[in-house]
Amino acid sequence: MRTCVALGGWLALLLNSTAAEVPDFNRDVRPILATHCFTCHGPDANTRKAKLRLDEREASLEILAPGKLDDSELVHRIHATDPDEIMPPPSLKKPLSAAQKDVLKRWVAAGAPYAGHWAFSKPQRAELPKVKQANWARTPVDRFVLARLEREGLQPAARANRERLICRLSLDLTGLPPTPAEVKAFLNDTEPNAYEKVVDRLLASPRYGEHMAVAWLDYSRYADSNGYQTDGSRQQWPWRDWLIGALNENKPFDQFTIEQLAGDLLPDATLNQKIATGFNRNHRINGEGGIIAEEWRVETVIDRVETTGATWLGLTIGCARCHDHKYDPFSQREFYQFYSFFNNVPETGRLAGQSSNTKPLVSVETATYKAQVAELETFVKQSEIAAKQAAAELPQLVKAWAPKFREELRGQKVIWHGVGKATVTSKGGAKFERLDDGSWLPSGPNAVHDTYEIRIPHAAGPFTGVLLECLPDARTPNKSLGRFSNGNFVLTRVEAEISGAKGKPQPVKIARIEADYSQKGWDIKNVNSGIGGKGWAVDGPTRRQPIKALFLAEQPVTLAEDSTVVLRLVCATLNQHNLGRFRLSLTGATPAAVSLKGNSIPAEVRAALDAAQLDAKQLAVLEKYYRAHVANPVKAADDRVTAARKKLTDLSKKLPTVMVMEEMAEPRKAFILNRGHYDQPGAEVKAGLPAFLPPLPEGEAMNRLGLARWIASGDNPLTARVWVNRAWERFFGVGLVKTTENFGVQAAFPSHPELLDWLAREFVEPTQGMRVAGQPARPWDMKAFHKLLVMSAAYQQNTKPNTDTFAVDPDNRLLSRGPRFRLDGEQLRDRALYASGLLVEQIGGPSVRPYMPVGVWNETTRYGDLRNYKHATDEGLYRRTMYTIWKRTAAPPSMLLFDAPNREVCTIQRSRTNTPLQALSLLNEVTFVEAARRLGGRMLRDGGDSMESQLTHGFLWAVSRKPSARELAVLHEGLKEDLAYFTANPGAAKELVAVGESAAPEDRLAERAAFTLAANVMLNLDEFVTRE
Amino acid sequence: MNPPAPLTMQDALNRRVFLRNTTSFLGLSALAGLVQGTQGKTTSSGRPGFPTHAAKAKRIIYLYQSGAPSQMDLFDPKPAIADRRGEDLPDSIRKGQRLTTMTSGQKKFPVAPTIFKFAKHGQSGMEFSELLPHLSKQADKLAMIRTVHTEAINHDPAITFSQTGHQLAGRPSIGSWLSYGLGSENRDLPAYVVLTSFGSGRPNDQPLYDRLWSSGFLPTRHQGVKFRNTGDAVLYLSNPPGVDTATRRRTLNRLNSLNRERLSQVGDPEIATRIAQYELAFRMQSSVPELLDISKEPKHVLDSYGPDVHRPGSYAANCLLARRMAERDVRFVQLFHMGWDHHGGLPKALAGQCKDTDQPTAALLNDLEQRGLLKDTLIVWGGEFGRTVYSQGNLSETNYGRDHHPRCFTVLLAGAGIRGGVTYGETDDYCYNVVRDPVAVHDLNATILDQLGIDHEKLTHRFQGRDYRLTDVHGQPVKGILA
Repeated sequence: MRTCVALGGWLALLLNSTAAEVPDFNRDVRPILATHCFTCHGPDANTRKAKLRLDEREASLEILAPGKLDDSELVHRIHATDPDEIMPPPSLKKPLSAAQKDVLKRWVAAGAPYAGHWAFSKPQRAELPKVKQANWARTPVDRFVLARLEREGLQPAARANRERLICRLSLDLTGLPPTPAEVKAFLNDTEPNAYEKVVDRLLASPRYGEHMAVAWLDYSRYADSNGYQTDGSRQQWPWRDWLIGALNENKPFDQFTIEQLAGDLLPDATLNQKIATGFNRNHRINGEGGIIAEEWRVETVIDRVETTGATWLGLTIGCARCHDHKYDPFSQREFYQFYSFFNNVPETGRLAGQSSNTKPLVSVETATYKAQVAELETFVKQSEIAAKQAAAELPQLVKAWAPKFREELRGQKVIWHGVGKATVTSKGGAKFERLDDGSWLPSGPNAVHDTYEIRIPHAAGPFTGVLLECLPDARTPNKSLGRFSNGNFVLTRVEAEISGAKGKPQPVKIARIEADYSQKGWDIKNVNSGIGGKGWAVDGPTRRQPIKALFLAEQPVTLAEDSTVVLRLVCATLNQHNLGRFRLSLTGATPAAVSLKGNSIPAEVRAALDAAQLDAKQLAVLEKYYRAHVANPVKAADDRVTAARKKLTDLSKKLPTVMVMEEMAEPRKAFILNRGHYDQPGAEVKAGLPAFLPPLPEGEAMNRLGLARWIASGDNPLTARVWVNRAWERFFGVGLVKTTENFGVQAAFPSHPELLDWLAREFVEPTQGMRVAGQPARPWDMKAFHKLLVMSAAYQQNTKPNTDTFAVDPDNRLLSRGPRFRLDGEQLRDRALYASGLLVEQIGGPSVRPYMPVGVWNETTRYGDLRNYKHATDEGLYRRTMYTIWKRTAAPPSMLLFDAPNREVCTIQRSRTNTPLQALSLLNEVTFVEAARRLGGRMLRDGGDSMESQLTHGFLWAVSRKPSARELAVLHEGLKEDLAYFTANPGAAKELVAVGESAAPEDRLAERAAFTLAANVMLNLDEFVTRE
Repeated sequence: MNPPAPLTMQDALNRRVFLRNTTSFLGLSALAGLVQGTQGKTTSSGRPGFPTHAAKAKRIIYLYQSGAPSQMDLFDPKPAIADRRGEDLPDSIRKGQRLTTMTSGQKKFPVAPTIFKFAKHGQSGMEFSELLPHLSKQADKLAMIRTVHTEAINHDPAITFSQTGHQLAGRPSIGSWLSYGLGSENRDLPAYVVLTSFGSGRPNDQPLYDRLWSSGFLPTRHQGVKFRNTGDAVLYLSNPPGVDTATRRRTLNRLNSLNRERLSQVGDPEIATRIAQYELAFRMQSSVPELLDISKEPKHVLDSYGPDVHRPGSYAANCLLARRMAERDVRFVQLFHMGWDHHGGLPKALAGQCKDTDQPTAALLNDLEQRGLLKDTLIVWGGEFGRTVYSQGNLSETNYGRDHHPRCFTVLLAGAGIRGGVTYGETDDYCYNVVRDPVAVHDLNATILDQLGIDHEKLTHRFQGRDYRLTDVHGQPVKGILA
């Protein structure tokens, strides 16, 4: 999108009416009315002034007075000078220019004819225009282009030469340049269909799908992070794999559309069809503390409406969120009817965990995975049977063991006594469940700061301190140890006091605190330190291991009969970082004898061992203890089961999931939200389609699937036009409709309206028989359509025009020359890697980590798991750029420099700027410098014996043609200069040839350094940066 | 250094188209200088018709305090509630208004009067807490707005709203609007620079996001250039290892020569632009290090910013850089200082943040004034919302925390066109609701644009068929603080 600040005045005239003509309502009049009048006199009933609407002729007749200039209130008002009379009123700050007033005047004089907005009526196939130079045309496309050129008195440019054509085709269809061998083969191919053969080869390449997918990543706001404040990781790449596959297999666009919007609702939906719906789950999901989930669920649904509308229909439906659309005939009610289609996903609006996928999900199971699971499941079953058999011996084994164990214990001093009866309460309202192993599991409210109070009845005798064991549990967030959403806790204080039968409770001063593990920066010494903002944490979310900590008094305190030990575990450092499952043991031993390792026999076990006669319950306690803690055949069998199960869970953890759409059995109610606010519902609405577009196809249900089929219908006036226009933009630089993101009333008028409509019909009902993979074009055939465009003479023109048209038609809207524009950042990096031989081609899979600037994720955040970026040291450095890991709040910097969006919201069109920061990136970024040194190495290795032939070889790789004599002379002189420099400065040479992770050479260093700089120049040529 | 040979293609080019493509990069008018062979400052034009009126400010330094500083502990004393510690916030004040879910479950909303002492300062008697001993001495330069209010209650949407006028991602930031509207005053440096620092009060909070300096739907050349604290300050500024300046110059000469050859073959003016941008990149390789090199700053100047000035990436160091950029006419310098989000342990954390920022902010004002730059530089100091008068979590005589509060907070302005010593607007006794002269974020942004000579209703961009602007359909400049 180049800015059009100074769009050549001449072209502006070409695209608009001239003084003599009757203005065309759609092209000339409506844009003026829409911008200057509709705000107060348009479709939005709520802001309409003077009950006047100018968007409908019937309603405006009185003030228009068609054909009678003297009676026309409109003409009078726009020419008035009195500030109270003139329209638009000065307060609107949108005055009409003299030219605009003239257009309106001529329009009224001509009878003020209205027409429906061109994009809202079904396209019709026009007759092919008659042209003078009919033999220039290779396809019907050319007839339209040429007719226009001839009308303007312009000539098409000559056909580009073959080097240029194969380079242009390769970059446009696959995102990568041709090899020198491919160039040579094409140059030598004398058959008449040589060009078409290249086209067919490229369309069949799997690189095609990768290249075409990039735009869809922008549309669907695809990323590897969840967005918003913490912006932790997610795994959505299986959707990306689906996308590449669908484009490569040339899935018809209607099917491609239906699967992405509603694949889950198709009868007997396959896994792939479900994965396709990831399109509308690629949005951000908010997990910031303190949010109201419903508010963000509403934003999510609205995001889907906006993204779907922009991607398929080229409509800005979101504008009607708060009020009736100002320009398009889209009411607020219709917005919420549309909203209702996307409102029925079983979701809360809140992120499941800071670094996870949020339901609904599907697991992406491969065949190998399924086989592995089956094998492990069998193994688990076998182990379980073995364990069950072993357990039959348990009562005998326990009876034999118990007396021996009792004797053993008698000889030992027991340090820690598990807490038996006790009451546990929470200040914050948490509830506690006592588990079989004597631990407590909190649930229910997770207060901002909570204190757990444990009251333990204690017999007369000494009390020295307490052992706290924190245990991971599946019911704790992230299966971890703490209750914060990521599964961490921070313990601030531990208080102990003795409450006797009478008198005030006596506090116990804790003198010694130890733990067997502390998180870095969150040491156990922080507990009770009184230092604000500090406390003890244990890497709960990442480590998930049981932890012990002890809290001891200086000396044993002697307790009277009927005393109660009261413990308070206070978590008040970070919000909601409260303890999860924990177990307590007490001791009365002298502090010197106490350590973390002291034995801890649960009170119930001790009681059972001491019982004269075991009852059934006590026997069960002993059996359980024995089975879990004493080495014996049953435990061994149990351990095998545990290990087998762990293998299975580990495997399933590796199994990627992908977020998908799913429909609730009972749709959520949808309401018109007053001013778009989630908490201000108005009238209830049902799913429905905007009235200005065609109705639902017969027999379809008014649900998301019906919507998808309605969008993907040949009767929809927008879908095909929007897609073919974007295809045009891809190959010609600018769309026939310049505003590729907007086909509403405010859209730019098409440069070639009949061509646009012809193409839209041709896409849906092909007549040209473009053959792809041996098959004639099918309806909605994307590859065949791309072929139709690249087979045209318009596409094959030289970028140098016959007469200089750069000045009059800078964006080349009239196609008087071949299209020439800067490559996207992804293509530039891929092209450099390819030219240097570094590119690792492997389709799909998880995102990878190429070089990025130091601290790329750390400069602005210390939240979440996407921090401390480390680049890969293997092939992850050299994969195609579309696989680069994408964190939305700190997106890959080089991609942003080359105008990639940050993928927070749907983006249809990228800018195409030309900045010094881009120059710095191509000159100095390690990726490009390493590519230069490898391309230099390639010249030395494969380029023959002379410097000239070596440079020529490199030039061929870089820009797919041989250098001219003058170009070669510049490079050659430079090479000799650099060679002299590096020979004199071997240290500099050594540094330069060691840039990047790939192995540094050890010989011919000065030569290699000089060739590196020659390649550096080649990889910065305008011709390298530009596709021409 | 060999300057490139004069370009030879002008005759072939339509100058208007040529410049259309070359007022590129962040509004730099690179080629104008290159073609004419002139050196020094040139102003690249922004949108036609801008500025819309005489600008009072040529540039702006926005000292963004990210995380939301506590207004009643720093700027807006409430003696009426000093002895109400622990009392529940009256319903008549809270009015059932929305809270975050971090405190909406609290059974009580105990009033936490500030524990910091306030005093009047300067001729105007502007009130500051004892945590700001340096800034308070600048009282007569400052306008204090106590009644700024916002729409959002969580960080991400609120900071996005204050920077882009919209809670959700996708709109241009205020600096991008300025670059778009006004262009650049310096041909060797970006028009819009962003500097970030972590605070010591709460060292891990809060994250910032690229979108806060993104150009949204404006052309991406208007996005802020974030100067980085690790590695190259400007991305890829350094030549690769083994390549010195002279060697780079040689390669650029060759590159230019080859690109000129291509230009003569094809005639596309975009090639001329690219040649110019490579030259500008080369100039930045010296202008940026020169900008960042503070070794020649006099000791008394360095000392005035406090000891942190020697630590790159600190708020103090960034304040000094902001001054150096102001001298070089960078249009918009945006600092972000993180760490103001004090839900618990506020007194200690707030003291840490003030220690980071108080002295450097005051030093910046003085330094600018002494160099005669304050009169045409607008300074803004503030965050995304305020904090609650009631304590989040436990309240004691020495400790409390405060949750997010969107209904009133304080922003300071100084410099170009600002009337010093004005305290504007009034909040109720609990610092909870605005009583007099509310200032919406859109009003604040309208004021900022107004000072730079922009009618905020006129700076619009057509996107997806609609004319967007920073202030949406709202906003009025706050006349009461203007000189």
